[in-house]
Amino acid sequence: MSNTSSGAASFLKTSVKQPYIWAIAALVLLLIINLIKDPSYLGISVNAVTGDLSGNLIDILRASAPIMMIAVGMTLVIATRGIDLSVGSVMAVSGAVSMEFMHDAGDGSLGSALMAIALALGISAFLGLINGVLVSIVGLQPFITTLIMMLAGRGLAKVITSGQNTSASNEFFRWIANGTVLGFPVVFIIGAVIVALVALLVRRSALGLMIESIGINPKAARMAGIRPVGLLIFVYILSGVLAGVAGIFSTASVMTVEVAKTGFSSEMDAILAVVIGGTSLAGGKFSLTGSVIGALLIATLDKTIVFLAIPSSATPAFKAIVIVAICLLQSQRVRALFSQRRARTSTPRKEAVSA
Amino acid sequence: MAATEPIVEMTDISIEFPGVKALQNVQLRLYPGEVHTLMGENGAGKSTLIKALTGVYKIDSGSIRVSGGPRQFSGTADAQSAGISTVYQEVNLCDNLTVGENVMLGNEIRGAFGINWKKTHEAAHEALVGLGLGDLDPRQPLSSISLALQQLVAISRAMVAKSKVLILDEPTSSLDANEVEGLFTVMRRLRDQGVAILFVSHFLDQVYAISDRLTVLRNGEFVGEHLTRDLGRSQLISLMIGKDFETLASLGSNRRRDARESGEQPFYSAAGLGRKGSIEPVDIAVYPGEVVGLAGLLGSGRTELGRLMYGADRPDTGEVTIGGKSTEVHSPVTGLATKIAFSTENRRDEGIVGDLTVRENLILAVQARRGWARPLSKREQKELCDKYLVELNVRPSDPERPIKNLSGGNQQKVLLGRWLATKPELLILDEPTRGIDIGAKAEIQEAIATLAEDGMSVVFISSELEEVVRLSERIVVLKDHRKIGEIINGPDITADTIVDLIASDGAEAQGVEAFEPEPEPAAFAAEGSTN
Repeated sequence: MSNTSSGAASFLKTSVKQPYIWAIAALVLLLIINLIKDPSYLGISVNAVTGDLSGNLIDILRASAPIMMIAVGMTLVIATRGIDLSVGSVMAVSGAVSMEFMHDAGDGSLGSALMAIALALGISAFLGLINGVLVSIVGLQPFITTLIMMLAGRGLAKVITSGQNTSASNEFFRWIANGTVLGFPVVFIIGAVIVALVALLVRRSALGLMIESIGINPKAARMAGIRPVGLLIFVYILSGVLAGVAGIFSTASVMTVEVAKTGFSSEMDAILAVVIGGTSLAGGKFSLTGSVIGALLIATLDKTIVFLAIPSSATPAFKAIVIVAICLLQSQRVRALFSQRRARTSTPRKEAVSA
Repeated sequence: MAATEPIVEMTDISIEFPGVKALQNVQLRLYPGEVHTLMGENGAGKSTLIKALTGVYKIDSGSIRVSGGPRQFSGTADAQSAGISTVYQEVNLCDNLTVGENVMLGNEIRGAFGINWKKTHEAAHEALVGLGLGDLDPRQPLSSISLALQQLVAISRAMVAKSKVLILDEPTSSLDANEVEGLFTVMRRLRDQGVAILFVSHFLDQVYAISDRLTVLRNGEFVGEHLTRDLGRSQLISLMIGKDFETLASLGSNRRRDARESGEQPFYSAAGLGRKGSIEPVDIAVYPGEVVGLAGLLGSGRTELGRLMYGADRPDTGEVTIGGKSTEVHSPVTGLATKIAFSTENRRDEGIVGDLTVRENLILAVQARRGWARPLSKREQKELCDKYLVELNVRPSDPERPIKNLSGGNQQKVLLGRWLATKPELLILDEPTRGIDIGAKAEIQEAIATLAEDGMSVVFISSELEEVVRLSERIVVLKDHRKIGEIINGPDITADTIVDLIASDGAEAQGVEAFEPEPEPAAFAAEGSTN
């Protein structure tokens, strides 16, 4: 116990300086509120037969997986001064492709599940590639490019399923969302592994440095010999693929793609997770850890809203209030205001009186 | 000439930042009708003192009195309403508005139906006439006039706000000689109207040409306040850097042209290198270990030529031979691949990546060469940092500090390190010493001379002709976007030789609009409006 607590202490020490400290604080606060409503909220029970863990925390982890995926892709896109509004639609396309394929295959075999996943990720990557090419080579604005892709993607999903909400049955595919390994939900484990892989890729190679430099000062980065085209295409493809994964996650749990609803307004969740995590929308320095925490916060917030039985019509407003509060706490100006007030109350200035 | 009562009096000002004493017991007195120069090396505390005056920084101790009463401003806007205006090196105006709108911004004349634009523009015109800029059309977009004129527009704006104190923070660093003279004319006019002017510049000649009084700072401490006429140049320099001028004076004075054997191959040679609208085709060759200077006025095409050689801009015409092989250099990536490095004159916009650390900025070009998949190891990064931060004397030598927190001279040294780390064979330096202090300037000049001795080819671009003459073996002279001649350096070559060459080339007389050039160097007056 003492070992883990000292590790936690050093983690806390470094975290306090991070901009996402307020997101962590908000996360804890939400859990406390839930705990007050129901003292057994944080309880995790073990199913004696299967060994599965269940409880609200597990549900939050499960729900956070798709948001985590698109938030991580969005972080890298935003770091390059871009934005990817098409992630929600790509989720729908990915879901539609996999459901349609498995529906047509109809055999429920592992092979068709794998094929469905490969097809879904392939087409997601292709949509990301189109975004990347339009932004980097053609030079269109990311906002416009991905806005078009957002509309086109939703349309494509409807074309693929002929406008129907297609269902399929395949236990292997379903396992991704509903299965467990060592008691933990598979979907969260896959998500965590993918995040770790992406983090390793960008931080252990020079990708992170290069993405940050083209985000901070594209001219200087070009003069230093960095090729922005390849990097931009890479981040948009990655964002597309991760959105494809998110689409698989969110359709696998119900084994149905709702072409109008799957991934709807998910791009907002992703952008919010990135902002809450402390990455500036102006691009540049990014924090993947922050975005993961942001994704967890949004999942918790969604859960809390349901748990507190806040009427569904008031849900967006409640969400907005929590997020605005976090953004305010993170802003330099508000923080400066607080520290100024503290300084003023401790040492009243004489000049202020005479001036 | 000085009134007895100073309009601004700062006494015993101290400011402490976490871990650094930025200012310690500094004094500053500004008198109405006087130009007061603030001198000091980069990091001496000049900017901090200005920001303390205008309230951007809070002072920890000391007192500020304005017009006799104690004041503490809460920011530039507050200071401005009390009559203290600041014009920065990078002009803070709105490019997309007209000249008149910029002059009157915040002071627009209102009528019954909102802003009366006709009257506003008339008032702007009056303000411009007051500075001798009557020729400037207030309805012209700001972006259509030169940087020098924009600076004067910024000053007009300060005057519309009825300023009694005008702070000019390095206003001359991107102006050519003629433009500087135009600025000085305006400054003298304002001084005679009783405005107190605080001037910051790194150019000694300018300081002596314009200022009545100067205050010297060193390492955040007050060194002294002197009347300019009582203080000799060498005295001033030794006050600023706190040591003798010897090292500086001796530097590069024995630069001579190495004998080139007739059969020697140039490292870089280009025939007919040009780009439409940027520079007409130029022939240029650089031999190993040679320093070639590009001289010319601002806008003569010297920067454009450097950019073409590196590939920062894509050339339309020209055959380039590098190391004996015919090559095409059309992007920075190909430039670096052919062992060319280019240090930009635009440090802030094209040089540093502000939010990244010194270490990351230093390794950036090397890393870009290697590609993303082969990151430099921690050890390799540390070796590069250790080598160049020490060799170039970067202060503070903390590699993990964001580069934007370093002074201009030290940023320049880090950038120089970035290019040296790529082990170039041809290093193109565009204004490497602009806007940095004398100490850092000497260090950079020294570094260039050493590099050339070690066999590196250097193309050196500078607006200071003396500097070009001192460092270069051969000088390519440019004018109006074309090459007009080449001078082989020798004992009898001086800055005047270049000036004469520029002046004698098609002496079309053409005054600068809006300026009233003093009968200063004829060569500059003949040129002028090319940028």
